[in-house]
Formats: sequence, C-alpha cells, structure tokens
Amino acid sequence: MANRDNTEWIVVAGRAAGIFVLLTGILLAAGLCTASPRIANPVPNIFNPLSTPADTISHLSRFVLIICGLIFAVVFTLLTYAIVKFRSSAASADREPAQVYGSTQIELAWTVIPILIVVVLFLATARVIHAIQDAPRPAAAVEVTAIGHQFWWEFRYPGLGVVTANELHIPVSDPAHPTPTFVKLLSADTDHSFWVPQLAGKTDLIPNHPNEMWMEPHRTGLFLGQCAQYCGTQHAKMLLRVSVDSQEEFAAWIRAQKQPANQDEKEIAGRRIFETTACVNCHAVGGTVGTGRFGPDLTHLMSRQTIAAGAADNTDENLRLWIQNPDAIKPGSLMPAMQLSNADKDALVSYLETLK
Amino acid sequence: MSSDAMAIRTAEAAGHSWLEVLHGWVTTVDHKRLGIMYIGYALIFLIVAGFEAIIIRIQLVRPHYDFISPQVFNRMFTMHGTTMIFFVAMPILFGFANYLVPLMVGARDMAFPRLNAFSFWLSAFGGLLLYFSFLGGSGLYGAGNAPDVGWWAYAPLTAPAFSPGHSSDYWTIAVMVSGFGSIGTCINIIATILCMRCPGMTLNRMPLLVWLNLVMGGMVLITISPLTAAQVMLLVDRFLGGHFFDTQAGGSAAIWMHFFWIFGHPEVYVLIIPCFAFMSEIVPVFSRKPIFGYPVMVGATVCIGFVSMSVWAHHMFTIGMSSYSNAFFTITSMIVGVPTGIKIFNWLGTMWGGKLILKTPMLYCIGFLFQFLIAGLTGIMLATAPFDWQLGNSYFVVAHFHYVIVGGILFALFAAFYYWYPKITGRMLSETLGKWHFWLFVIGFHLTFDGMHIPGLLGMPRRIYTYEAGRGWEIWNLLSTIGAFIQGIATVIFVWNLIISYFKGAKAGNDPWDAWTLEWSTSSPPPAYNFATIPVVASRRPLWDLKHPEDPDSQYE
Repeated sequence: MANRDNTEWIVVAGRAAGIFVLLTGILLAAGLCTASPRIANPVPNIFNPLSTPADTISHLSRFVLIICGLIFAVVFTLLTYAIVKFRSSAASADREPAQVYGSTQIELAWTVIPILIVVVLFLATARVIHAIQDAPRPAAAVEVTAIGHQFWWEFRYPGLGVVTANELHIPVSDPAHPTPTFVKLLSADTDHSFWVPQLAGKTDLIPNHPNEMWMEPHRTGLFLGQCAQYCGTQHAKMLLRVSVDSQEEFAAWIRAQKQPANQDEKEIAGRRIFETTACVNCHAVGGTVGTGRFGPDLTHLMSRQTIAAGAADNTDENLRLWIQNPDAIKPGSLMPAMQLSNADKDALVSYLETLK
Repeated sequence: MSSDAMAIRTAEAAGHSWLEVLHGWVTTVDHKRLGIMYIGYALIFLIVAGFEAIIIRIQLVRPHYDFISPQVFNRMFTMHGTTMIFFVAMPILFGFANYLVPLMVGARDMAFPRLNAFSFWLSAFGGLLLYFSFLGGSGLYGAGNAPDVGWWAYAPLTAPAFSPGHSSDYWTIAVMVSGFGSIGTCINIIATILCMRCPGMTLNRMPLLVWLNLVMGGMVLITISPLTAAQVMLLVDRFLGGHFFDTQAGGSAAIWMHFFWIFGHPEVYVLIIPCFAFMSEIVPVFSRKPIFGYPVMVGATVCIGFVSMSVWAHHMFTIGMSSYSNAFFTITSMIVGVPTGIKIFNWLGTMWGGKLILKTPMLYCIGFLFQFLIAGLTGIMLATAPFDWQLGNSYFVVAHFHYVIVGGILFALFAAFYYWYPKITGRMLSETLGKWHFWLFVIGFHLTFDGMHIPGLLGMPRRIYTYEAGRGWEIWNLLSTIGAFIQGIATVIFVWNLIISYFKGAKAGNDPWDAWTLEWSTSSPPPAYNFATIPVVASRRPLWDLKHPEDPDSQYE
C-alpha cells in the first residue's frame, strides 16, 4: 500500500513539474514579447517594469505567481487523477466503495503545509511592503503634487514653480545619484487613483486624505497609465502620461514651463475672448486675468501632446471641436460647449496655439 | 400570460380558482413555498442582471465603440453588481436554505414562519425599489435615473454634489431594506437549526449543509449591521445635511470604505459558504462515500467565519494605509486561504477511492473544484499587498471575483438545481439538456474570464466604458464578449430545462440519487409540514443506516 502511494506521488510530481515548466515558458515568452528597449512600450505591462518600485513589485509578483502555479499544478493533477481513476465503471456499478471517514494524519499534512507556504509568502511580502512604503526620501528627490479632478490631472512642482496638467514630466534617475520623484496625491472632488503600471503600483487620490507615492525610473521615454478608481461619468477618459526625461531635457522643460505665457500682440483678439468669456472661470493663463483652477492651466498648452486628459491629440482640429462641442470628444466632461461664433472661435484657437 | 395559464391549469386540477392559488402563494408562510419564491425571484433578477452584463460586454467589444453612452454604461455596471449580489446571490441561497434546512434537520417548518414571509417580502420589495429607480430616480432634479455610483458606492461620489437626483437614494434604501430581510431570514435559519432538530440529531450529526448555513447565518447578523449603519449615515448626509462622508466639510471618504468592506468581504464568504454546503452534500453522494473529515470541515468553516471578519481592508491596499496595516491585512487574507484549501482537499479526499458518478450535478461540482482552485490562487496574489498595488481595480480583479462568483458560486448553484429539483418538483431535470448546459457554460465561462486576467496585467482598469487601442487589450475584450454570449445561450437552455422538465421530466420518486440525508426520506415534493412522524436519527447519514442495516454509520460514531 505504501509503495503504491509512493509511485503515485512520483507520477503526480512529474506531471506537476511538466505543467510548471509549460506555465513558466508561456510567462517568459510573454515577457520577452513585450520587453522593448529605450522607448517605453505602449502596452503598460506590469511585468515590464522600468522603475524601482514597479521592479520590486514585479519580482515579488513573479515569486507569488510561481508558488501559486506550483500549488495549482499539484492540486490540478490530483483532481484530474481522481476523476479519471475513480470514475464509476460497469464492473463496480453495484458495489458501494469502502466507506472512509477521514484521516487525522492527512488532515494535519494539508493544514500544516499551507500554513508554511503562507509564512514564506508573508515574509517575502512584508519585506517589499516595507521597502516601498517606508523608503527614505533622498535630498535630491523631485517633489510633485498631483491633484485629481473630474476628469483630469493637475500637476504642481512646488519647489520649481511649475503647474501643468495630464502630462507629467519627471527626470530619469541615475543609480549613482538617485533622483526619485515623490508625488503628493490630493483630490479636488471624488476618489481617483494614480496608476502608471511600468513606474509604480497605484495609489488613490482621496479628498481630505493626502497620500504619497514615489517613482524612480531607470529609462527615459513616455509611459502610459490612467485613473484606476471610478470617479464618475468620464472615469474612462482620465488618461495619464508620464514623460521620463533625461536630466538635461527635464531641466530644459522646467525652464520652458517657467516662462510667462506668450503675449503676442497679433493674437490680442483671441486673448480678449479668453479673458472676457467664461473660459477664465476655470482656466488659468499666466499673465492674464485668467486664474481659474477648476480646469487645466493653459499657460503652456501647446507644450502638451494631448488635450482633454489624453482623450484627443492636441491638434488644431481637435481644439476647435473641444471648444465647440466637448461631448463629441468626451461626453460627460465638465467643460461646457462655449457657443462661440466662428470668427471668435478662430481668434481664440489661434491665440491658444501661441501658448507654447 | 403563460404564467396565468399555468396557474389556471394547476388551479383547475386542484379545484381552486387562480385567484385562490395566487392568494395562497402571496400569503404563504410555508418554508418550501417561500424557498421556491426566493429562488424564482432571484432567477428573474439573474436574467435581468445577466442582460446588463451582456450590454456591458457589447460596449467593450472594441475600443471607442459607442453602443451606449458612458452614463448608461455606469448605470449598467452599478445595477449589474448590486443586483447580482443583493438580489440574485443572496436570495437564491436563502431560498435553498429555507427549503432544505427544515427538511434536513427533520423539522416541519422554520422556527418563525411569519418572520420568514416578512423577510422574503422585504427582500422582494427591495429589489423592486432598486429597479423603480429607472422611472423615479431622476426626481425633481431631472438628473440621472438608475444608480451610477458602482456597487460599493464610494464616498464622496454619493454626495448630493456628485450624485444629484434620487438615484443614490434608491440604491441606499433598496440595499438597506433587503438587508433587513437578510437579517430576519438569518435569525430564522439560526433559530431553526439550534431549536428544531429532530430527536437524535446532535450538532455533531447535522448534515454539513446545515452546519454551513448556521455559520453563514451568524456571519450575516454581524456583517449586515455595519452596512446598514453606513447606509443610515449616508441618508443623514444626503437628507439632513450630515457630514459623515462629506469630504468638503471634514468628513471621511475612507471611513465609508471601511464600513462597506467590513460588510463586503465577509459577504463573499456569506455567499460561498452555502455553496461549500452544496458541494459537501453533492460530492459525497456522487462519490458514494461519506464526506472526508467531517469535523475538520466544520472546524474549517467556523474558522473561515471568524478569520474572514478581519480581512476587509485588503480591498483598500491602495488607499494609503500604513505599512503595518498593509502587512496585517496581507497575512489575515492569506491565512483565510488555509481553511479554504482544507475544504478543497477534503472534497478531493471524498472523491479519492470513491465511485464517481458523472451526472450533471457532479459535473458542476467538478467544475467548481477546478475553478474555485484558480479563484483561490488569484486571491492569494491579490492578498499580496504590493502585487495588489498593481492588480487592484484592474480587470485582473474583475476576472478574479467572477471566477469566485460565476466559476464558484454559480456552478455550485447549478449543481444544487440539478440535485434538488427532483425533490422540489417531483420530476428530474433532463440530463441531455443538462449536459448541453454544462459544456456550453464551461466554454462560455472560460472564454469570458480566463483571458480577462490579462488586460488587468496590461494596465486596464475596471469600470471604464471604453478604452484606448494599441495597449494589447483588444483581443481579450473581444473573446470575453463572445464568451458572454455563449454563457447567455447556456442560461437559456437551463431556463428551458427548468420549464420543460416541470411538465415532461421523468418522475423522480422519493430518492432518485440514492442519497443519505433526511429530505430524501419524504415524498417529492414533500407534503405540507414535511414529515408525518418526526424522524429519529442515529448518525450523520440516516438513510445510509436505513439502506445498510448490516453496516450502519451509527456503529462508528
């Protein structure tokens, strides 16, 4: 009896190993396919991390995935074996099988082994929680305040005097002189969540409950993410872009953002429309009467690649459509249709297009 | 129309007018009739909420599709979630508990028959109230109709500023009212189990289904209370100018999350434990062996009951709790996997060395075992707080909990339907249709939810009405939508089987499965008041003792 059990276990273990190899093969293949050098991948794959916290999480995740894969392989094999082996046949149809009520040893085994697995998993997890949540903040860290709005992101660099929206710029971090970015997370209205999978895990932006997260990217490039906590009608189009710049690019970007808004006299007509209509209730342009904070700061609107929190490319056509009928791009967004005459709209758009 | 026709036919047969029959059902306090009403009512809502799921899946079939507007999409997923949890899963499980618990403990009815009827009607009207919001939700503001705040209705999205009109009020009051119904039913289940057992049925001899429903009842009493408290606070905020969750006036959004999830996570176990109960009755009968490790199964269930009360904040790993809190909720969430694993192993132990009869109920049990195994393992991944910082609120979570609720709970429920339908109606469900239903549902289920894990890993958040192209999400969403339709077809076959077998199914007799618990000792359907003489039992399997006088269980206990 004991012998027979042993051979069964060997068969089971062999099959489990086979399935495990297969599963890891698939995982590896998936990882290789999505890995890409230099330019960030358009696929925000959590297993293709390019930043310290995301990388730490990814390592732990792979470990947990492998343990769970092994458990799955073992139990799957046992279940399949039982179903095939103990299926009722014509020969056994009339007899009831031996009535077994249980076994203390077996119960103990399958209680203790899972507890040991849990202990291992917990210790590995606790280390990573501590490493990420209680990470020290180096003096060279960049500070950003992110404020969630329905349905866009406001980014402020308190030390640098820069305000922008939806497209965050942060410097790449050199391991020798780390310059991680620490983000303070606030919300102006409902709950939101900041999630750029390749840079870090998500952290929520909750009104009246300031949070913090950090990123330490190893590569430059554009990283995609979006709001990950349901925040209302247009939760889906509250997209997020993080541009990881080289130190020089970042410094240049900051310099450009600190410039006052373009005051081109040729566009005085469009500027007047901006300043005398409802635009200024919500939007700010440095050096004008517009200081609203309900919508994105437009001082350097044309330095951004997208409008409407990533819902559309920042093109002339889309700007016109956005001002005329925001619902065509993002139904349910809080930007009202401005009801401008064609002449006014032309003047306004050509003014906005000077805000480089 | 057709239900009228049916009612008239049965009425004529019994010599009553259809009005008398209807009156009989509306005023009944019989546990079997109330059980059937719970189940029928839940099935109607299952169809409705399933239809909502199909609408959601059509909208997500490809990027930037505009089948429905974002406003409608948000209402659909809110109504789908709320309906499935509060008006499908809970009532259908209460229905089975209502029907089976008195029969299995050898009682003639529940302990409090009138409370039983009252609880049912509370739940029923709660569901109607929720759906009345489609008509009444816009209120005087003309804003919105059905609730669109998600089934967990996070503050401050439910504040009047973000949710004008009355849609959130309908959600709040409907859920609260059905909660009162749940509490009434669970008081009843507990009282019945503790006080109405037949002679000889000690706690140690109760069928596992009864034990597990006892634990479920206790959990409902504890967990519904914070939910009701939160709903009352929300109503105070919305109608009386309170500031519990009003973040603009110093209220706390996080406190709502705690209140909701201290209900919400045990709720998952409230739903799955009765399904463990079905498994624990059906697997032994179709393996022709007693349950492996009965005392351990009871202990594991009680353990789940307690531990699951301290895991709730694993839904909140991303809200910025301290590292100690995150570590604490990681370990408790992982530990609850241990007794759950023990249960899977014990079912495996029951099958091991048995003689497996692969009829439809057993097929569903086997489906449950494989799928619940995967659901449990993805649960371990989500319990790992840092992994959850990536996976939380993504489609991985959506896939995970649908694996629990569809792959686990719904599969166990289908097993229960095929197993107890003969007892309830006196007729067998068709095996042929049953196998079609099973295989189509398995294919549809896996097509929908297996691939759904992957967009989560690729950064797709849940609750978005549309998504960007080029992020590797398209193919998985397309497959999910196709799978949803296959599940829909399988469900139609199931409903057809329920209807056609009622009229044309083979006669079941008292004990079609050669089973061992007391409900199979009475006629199918059981007579009013169940047992002419109250049975006396001497072991966990009274009918085994009766059928095998040479080798009764009572010898060994």
